[in-house]
Amino acid sequence: MSATTSLKFEFVKGLWKENPVMASLLGLCPTLAVTNAAVNGLAMGLATTFVLLTSSLIISALRNFIPHQVRIAGYIVIIATFVTVADRFLAAFFPDISATLGPYIPLIVVNCVILGRQEAFSSRNGIGRSMLDSLGMGIGFIAVLVTLGSIREILGSGSIFGFSVMGDWFTPWMVMILPPGAFLTLGILIALANWYNDPSRSKDKGVVS
Amino acid sequence: MSKLPLSARMILVLTLITVLSGGILAAWDSYTKPKVEFHRLEALKAAIAEVLPAHDKYETRGSSVGNLYLASRADSDDLIGVAFMAVGSGFQGELRIMVGLTPDLSKITGIKVLEQIETPGLGTKIVVDPSNKQDPYWFPVQFKGVHTSPDMVVIKNAKPTHKHEVQGITGATISSQAVTRILNETIVGVKTAMTKHGGLES
Repeated sequence: MSATTSLKFEFVKGLWKENPVMASLLGLCPTLAVTNAAVNGLAMGLATTFVLLTSSLIISALRNFIPHQVRIAGYIVIIATFVTVADRFLAAFFPDISATLGPYIPLIVVNCVILGRQEAFSSRNGIGRSMLDSLGMGIGFIAVLVTLGSIREILGSGSIFGFSVMGDWFTPWMVMILPPGAFLTLGILIALANWYNDPSRSKDKGVVS
Repeated sequence: MSKLPLSARMILVLTLITVLSGGILAAWDSYTKPKVEFHRLEALKAAIAEVLPAHDKYETRGSSVGNLYLASRADSDDLIGVAFMAVGSGFQGELRIMVGLTPDLSKITGIKVLEQIETPGLGTKIVVDPSNKQDPYWFPVQFKGVHTSPDMVVIKNAKPTHKHEVQGITGATISSQAVTRILNETIVGVKTAMTKHGGLES
């Protein structure tokens, strides 16, 4: 497996082709719950990426040392440790963000993007490849969360990253910062991505001979 | 290592991982705890400053309804006001409101909703109302000067005429009433606690 794919691919695949949210539909709970503002999406994305990178580092380093039968228990303890580190870090240095994200930071423990990458990748690959894989997946996750958060914040609050971008004429669509707005926006984004990726689309236009 | 029986290896590895994890977390906690505590105290101080008139210091006193914060000037012990956290259920979840009272506990000097999960756009107007561009904080601000006895009530679709009345939020009657209900309930406890301590200076 590791010999056949290039290092570049390990990094790039998480950005679009195997994007954790858009392609694998993993980690939807934080994706939907915290993206009512762009800054919340960014904070959640960064915290998740931190946990992804650090736990991948440890798990890929220990992959031949942890017995197969207790690997999930071991992974969860490692992941939970780094989640707690991230949670306390935010509480100590960014109390406002910590208060806004509330229980969703501790809930990174059960984010299936993280356990999924450990099980599918870091437990079978070396440290270098695992870090590249995690970095790609993390950046892909951040990109989706910030995009979703930006769209919802612009339409739901008339601002982006807290800066007002819409004039006084604009009446915020309250639904966008409520849970239905998250489902609507994510649904439309995934539909667009699938439409873009659809191989039959180019055939219909007669581009592929 | 690999010569050990599997069960021993499982126990050994998991024990090692958990011990290391515990060690990392204990070290990290001892580093971050003072900072977290500092932010908590700052937020508390800021909230007290917001609901009470200008004061220099406050004394914390425990009571059956939580801590009471007795504020005074630096050079005298005369009470300037009493602040406390009123906690109760709102429309969807717990509301935590910092409340300031005059020293005789007869009037409110200010309230600030610190935690809430009310409906965005409706119940959240108990914190800030973005649809009212002139006066987005009209709901919490109107509590200033409201009398605490008889029990405060919410008036719908009309201006309050009595000194214990406040105007409700259209579309968020339950949230509005939750605020006055929590305040009324907690103020009863505060009055009892202050009388018991003989701290009721008028």
